[in-house]
Amino acid sequence: MKKKNLLDSKVILEASRQALVMLNPLKLVRNPVMFVVEIGSVITTVITFYSLLHPDGEFLFTATVSIWLWLTIGFANFAEALAEIQGRAQAESLRATRADTQARLVVPEGVRTVPGNTLKKGDQFLVEAGEILPTDGEILEGVASIDESAITGESAPVIREAGGDRSGVTGGTRILAGSLRVGVTNNPGETFLDRMISLVEGATRQKTPNEIALTILLVGLTIIFLVVVASIPAFSSYEGVLSSPTVLIALLVCLIPTTIAGLLPAIGIAGIDRAFRANVIAKSGKAVEVAGDIDILLLDKTGTITFGNRQAVQLLPAKGISDEEMAFSSWLSSLSDDTPEGKSIVGLAASLLSSPVAPKGLRAIPFTPETRMSGVDGEDGEIRKGAEDAVRAYTGSSFPAGVSEIIAEIGSSGGTPLVVTRNKTVMGVIHLKDVIKPGLKERFERLRKMGVSTVMVTGDNPLTARAIAQEAGLDDFFAQAKPEDKMQLIKKEQEKGRLVAMTGDGTNDAPSLAQADVALAMNSGTQAAKEAGNMVDLDSDPTKIIEVVEIGKQLLMTRGALTTFSIANDVAKYFAILPAMFVVSYPQLGVLNVMKLATPVSAVTSAIIFNALIIPALIPLALKGIRYRPVGASALLRRNLLIYGLGGIAVPFVGIKLIDMILVLLHFT
Amino acid sequence: MIANDWIQILVSLGLIVLISPLVGRYLAWIYQSPHLSLEKGIYRLLGLDADREMGWKEYAAVLVVSNGFFFVAGYLVLWAQGVLPLNPRHLPPLSPEVAFNTAASFVTNTNWQAYAGEAQLSNLSQMLAITFLMFVGANTGLASLVAIIRGFVREGSATIGNFWSDFFRFFLRAFLPACALMALIHVEQGSPQTLSTSVTAKTIEGASQTLIVGPVASLESLKQLGTNGGGFYNANGAHPYENPTPLTNTLEFLEMGVFTFSLPFFFGRMIGRPRQGQVFFAVVFALYVAGLGLIEYSEKTPNPLLAPAAVTQKTSPLQDGGNMEGKETRFGITQTSLFSNTTIAATTGAVDGAMDSMNPLAVLVYLVHMFLNEEPGGKGVGFAGLLKEAILAIFLAGLMVGRTPEFLGKKIESREIKLAALSLLVTPILVLWLTGLSLLLPAGKSSIDNPGPHGFMEVLYAFASGNANNGSAMAGLNVSTPYYAIAIGLEMLFGRFLPLLPLLALAGSLARKKTLSENAGTFRTDTPLFVLLLLGFMVLFAALTFFPPLILGPILEHLSIVHNIAF
Repeated sequence: MKKKNLLDSKVILEASRQALVMLNPLKLVRNPVMFVVEIGSVITTVITFYSLLHPDGEFLFTATVSIWLWLTIGFANFAEALAEIQGRAQAESLRATRADTQARLVVPEGVRTVPGNTLKKGDQFLVEAGEILPTDGEILEGVASIDESAITGESAPVIREAGGDRSGVTGGTRILAGSLRVGVTNNPGETFLDRMISLVEGATRQKTPNEIALTILLVGLTIIFLVVVASIPAFSSYEGVLSSPTVLIALLVCLIPTTIAGLLPAIGIAGIDRAFRANVIAKSGKAVEVAGDIDILLLDKTGTITFGNRQAVQLLPAKGISDEEMAFSSWLSSLSDDTPEGKSIVGLAASLLSSPVAPKGLRAIPFTPETRMSGVDGEDGEIRKGAEDAVRAYTGSSFPAGVSEIIAEIGSSGGTPLVVTRNKTVMGVIHLKDVIKPGLKERFERLRKMGVSTVMVTGDNPLTARAIAQEAGLDDFFAQAKPEDKMQLIKKEQEKGRLVAMTGDGTNDAPSLAQADVALAMNSGTQAAKEAGNMVDLDSDPTKIIEVVEIGKQLLMTRGALTTFSIANDVAKYFAILPAMFVVSYPQLGVLNVMKLATPVSAVTSAIIFNALIIPALIPLALKGIRYRPVGASALLRRNLLIYGLGGIAVPFVGIKLIDMILVLLHFT
Repeated sequence: MIANDWIQILVSLGLIVLISPLVGRYLAWIYQSPHLSLEKGIYRLLGLDADREMGWKEYAAVLVVSNGFFFVAGYLVLWAQGVLPLNPRHLPPLSPEVAFNTAASFVTNTNWQAYAGEAQLSNLSQMLAITFLMFVGANTGLASLVAIIRGFVREGSATIGNFWSDFFRFFLRAFLPACALMALIHVEQGSPQTLSTSVTAKTIEGASQTLIVGPVASLESLKQLGTNGGGFYNANGAHPYENPTPLTNTLEFLEMGVFTFSLPFFFGRMIGRPRQGQVFFAVVFALYVAGLGLIEYSEKTPNPLLAPAAVTQKTSPLQDGGNMEGKETRFGITQTSLFSNTTIAATTGAVDGAMDSMNPLAVLVYLVHMFLNEEPGGKGVGFAGLLKEAILAIFLAGLMVGRTPEFLGKKIESREIKLAALSLLVTPILVLWLTGLSLLLPAGKSSIDNPGPHGFMEVLYAFASGNANNGSAMAGLNVSTPYYAIAIGLEMLFGRFLPLLPLLALAGSLARKKTLSENAGTFRTDTPLFVLLLLGFMVLFAALTFFPPLILGPILEHLSIVHNIAF
C-alpha cells in the first residue's frame, strides 16, 4: 500500500481545511475538553473586541491569548483530520482497485451479464481466467489461481477451490487460471472491502471501551480544574487582588488535559490504521485494543508453527549398509513420489550423492491404502519405503539389529520414521520431521516477555506434540485435539480469567473463532470463519496475530503515555501562571517564578503558547505510536514513567522558558 | 533537633510499625471468622439477619438510613438537653444550628466542635449523644471499607456483605474492648471518670476554683481510638484532665494510629496478598513521615518576626527551642509535632496544642493531609479513598504497559473510572467553593479575626477539616455563627457520604467482575515501583488541585515571615 507523505503540502492543506470545519461547536462537543477550550476562546475573543472599543491597555495581550486559544483547538482538530486523511488515502487506493466490473450472473435460463455492483447475497456468478471478481463470495465449483495483490500487496498468486477451507474469494482480485462458479456472500456495500473502507474512513468509528474510560477521566479532570479556577477569584479578591478573566481562562486551558484530549482521536484512528497497514482488517477499534490484553495465544500446528508438510532431515543406514547405499536407495524410493515429503527425501538424498543417475526402465509403484508403501521396481530390484508396520508385513521377517532402536528414537523425538528396503532387505530409516518456520522461536520469546503464553493445538500424539512444542519454544501444547476440543480449551481458559486469541480459517473453526476474545480469520478461509472472527488477515498469515497483539499494546501505551505527559505538564504551567497572577500584589511570591519569566504578561503568554504548540509537536508520536518493547511490564512502566512522567514535568519548564526568551526578544512583555 | 527529639520520634514511629501489622491481622480474623455467640444474641435481640448478603445498593441504603436515625437521635438529645436528667448545672439546650452541626459532626466521625464541651454539654449529652455517635461513626466507616474490600475479593458476585455484621463485629471484638482497656489506663494516669459534674479546688493562692469533671477517661479513649477527636473539654488534648502526662500523650498518639495504620495490613490479609498491604502501608507511612518531618522542621524554626522582641527561641535544658507559642510546655515541640501530624493524618482532630499558633509550613502539611485524607485517613473511609486513588493511578500508568489496566485481577473500565472520578470530585468542590463562598459573603467574612493570609488559612482549614471529616480546628475563626454551623454541618455530611456512595457502587461493580489471571505483561502493584507511582500520583494530583489556595495561604504567609512582612 502506498504511504502518503505526512508533510505533503496537499495533505496539510486538506487537514487544515477540515480542522476549520471541525470548529463547529456541534461537532466539537464530542470532545468535551476541547469544547471547554472553545467556550474559553469565545469569551476571550469577546473581551478582545471589548478592549478594542474601550482601550484599557489589555488589547494586545487578550488578542494574543485568544489567537493561541483558537490555535489550540485548531491543532487538535488538525491532528484528528490528519489521521483521518491518512486512513482515507489508503481506503481510496483500495477503492481504485475496484474498477466497475461486469458479472456473469447465473439465472434459470442460463447466464446474464449484469454490473458487478448489483449482485446480491445468494446470487451465483461465473468467472474465469483474466477476469476480476466482482464481489466477495464462496467458490461453489472449480479451482483457480488468483492474484490477490490488489488487496494484499502480495504478488504470489494463491490457489482457491470449492469445498474445504480455501473457498473464500474477495472482490477486486483477479483470476489468473481456472474458472469458478461463485456464490455471493455479501450485499452491495457490505463486502469486506466496503466495510474496511468505511472503517478506515472513520464513518463507523466508535469510541472503544478504553477510550471511553479515558475520556471520562479527562472530563473528570476538566471539571476539577474548572472548580479550581472558578474558586481563584474569590480567594484573590479576599487578599485584595483582582483576577483578569483572560488570565483565568488561560490558566484553565493550560490545566485541563488539552494535549491528550486533542490527540486522543488521532491515536485511535492511527491504531486501526497501523493494523490496516499490516494488512489486517479489524472489524472494530475494540478488537485491536483487546489484542493488547491477550493472555493466551492458541496456534494450530500445521501451517502456523510448521510448514504444512514433514521433511526428511536425516538418512540413517542399517548396520552393514553404507551411507551411499542408503542414500541411493532412499533417492530411488522417492523418485516417483510427488508428495512434498517425497520431494524432500529426493532433495536430501541427492545432496548426499554426487549427481546420481536414475537407472533406465524404472517402474513406479504408487502408494496404495492396502500396501501403505511406495517405491520403484527396476534393475536394482524392488525399492520400497513405508511405515514400520507396513514394511514389517512386507518383508515378513524381523528387522536387523539396531533398526528398531533407530525407529524408536526417531519416534520419541517427535519425528516420523520411514523404513527403506531393497529386495526386502532393510537399508535404513528416513527421519521425517515437522519443520518449524524460521524466526518463530524468537517471536514466541517476544510474546512470552509480553506476558502472552502460546499453546499449540495439534492432532498429533502427545510425544510428537511435545517435541515440536519444545523445539518451537511454545509454552504448552494440546495434543490429539479434535476441532471441537479447541472450543472447550478456549472456554476453560476464559473461565480462569484469561483472554484468548486464535487464528483460524476453516468452517469448523468458526465457533471457536466466535468464542475467542481476539480471532484473526484468514482471508483465504471460508466465509463462515471470516464472519466469526473479529479481524481478517488479508495475507492469510497465521503468525500475523503476534503483530496484532503488539499493535494493540502500542495503542494503549500511546494513550497512557500522552495522558501522563499531558497531566505532568501542568506543574510547570502552574509555576508560570500563578506567580504572574499574584506577584504584583505580593512581591514575596516572586520566588515561585522559578523559570524567571520576564513579566506576568510574557509568563501567561508563554504558557498558553507552549500548551498550544505541544499538540502539533506530538502529532507524529500520536500517529506513529510509541515503541513497544517486550521487556516485561515493570521495566516498560519504569521506562515510560521516566520519559513521559518525569519528562512531562521537565519539558514544559524548558519550553516555556524558551518561548519567554523569544517573547522578550520580540518585546512582547 | 537534639537526641531527645530523635528518641521520641523513633520510639513513637517504631511502635506504630510494630503494632499495626498485628492489629491488621487481628482485624482480618474478625471479618474472616464465624459469628460469635454474643453477636448472634445481639442480632436476635435487634431482629437483624446478619447472614443475609446485600447488594451495594442495599448496603448503601442501610448505611445511609441507619446513620440518618443515629443523626436524628443525637440531634434530639442535644436539643432536649435542658429537660433531660444528669444536668445539675441546668445547661440550656444547644441552639438548633449548633445541635445540627454537632450531630452531623459526630455521626460523620468528624467531631468538629462548634460548642465548648465543659461549658455547654451535660454529662448525659456527653455520654448519650457524643459517645454514642462516636461509636457509630467509627463503626460505619470501618464497615464501609470492609464492603469495599469485598469488591476486590469476590468474583461474579452480586453482593458485598451485610452491613450489620460488618458493623457489630468491629464494635464488639475490637473497638469496645480496646476503649474499655484504654479508659482504665487513662483513669490511672489521672483523667476523671465520674458522673458528678464539678469539684471545687483550693488554689495555691488560697482562692477557690470550680473544675468541671465528668466521664472524661471513657470519652478520651473512644475519642482517640475511634479517630473521633471531639474532646470533653474545649482545650481538647491540651487539657490536663484529658491528657495529663507525656505518657498519655504517647498513648493517645498510639490510640489514633493503631487502627488506622493497621488498615493497609488488614486489606492485604483480606485479599490474601499481605505484600500488597505492606505496599499500601509504605505509601501511607511515607507521606505521614514526610509530613512529620516538615512539621518538626517548621516548629523548630524560630519566628524571625519575634527576634526584635528579644524572645528566647533557643533550645535550653529548661525550654524547647523554636516556635513554642501555643504549645504545652509539658509536651514540647516534638510531642506536639507527633500528636498533630497523627491527629490530622488519621483525621482524629484531637489536638494537644494550638493549631492557630503553628508556623505556616506546619499548617501547609495539615492542609495537604486533609486534602489527601488518605494517609492513613479516617476510620475505614480513608483507606477506601486510597484505593480510589490507586485505581486512578493504575488506570493511567497501567495503560503505559500496553494492557487494559487491572488492579488485583479486576479490569478497570469506564464504570470504575466514572465512579472513582465522581468520588474524587467531591473534595475540590466542597473545600474550594465553600471557602470561596465564605470569603465573598459578609456572614463568612465577619467571623475572620486575623488579617491577610492567616485569616484566609483559617477559613480554608475549617472547610478542609469539615470535608475530610477531620474535626480539628485551626481556631481563630468564630465558627459558632449560624452561617458556619450550617455550612460546615452540611459539608461534613456531604463530605462523608458523597464520596463513599460511589465507592460502594464501585465495589458492587468490581464484585461482579471476573478476576483475571496475571502474567508477565500484567502491571504488578506490589512493588516499590508502585509505591513511587502512587505517591507521585497522589502528591501531583493534590498539588494540582490545591496549588492556588496553598500559595495564597501558607506559602504566602511563610514567604512573608521570611521577608519580615506582617499583615
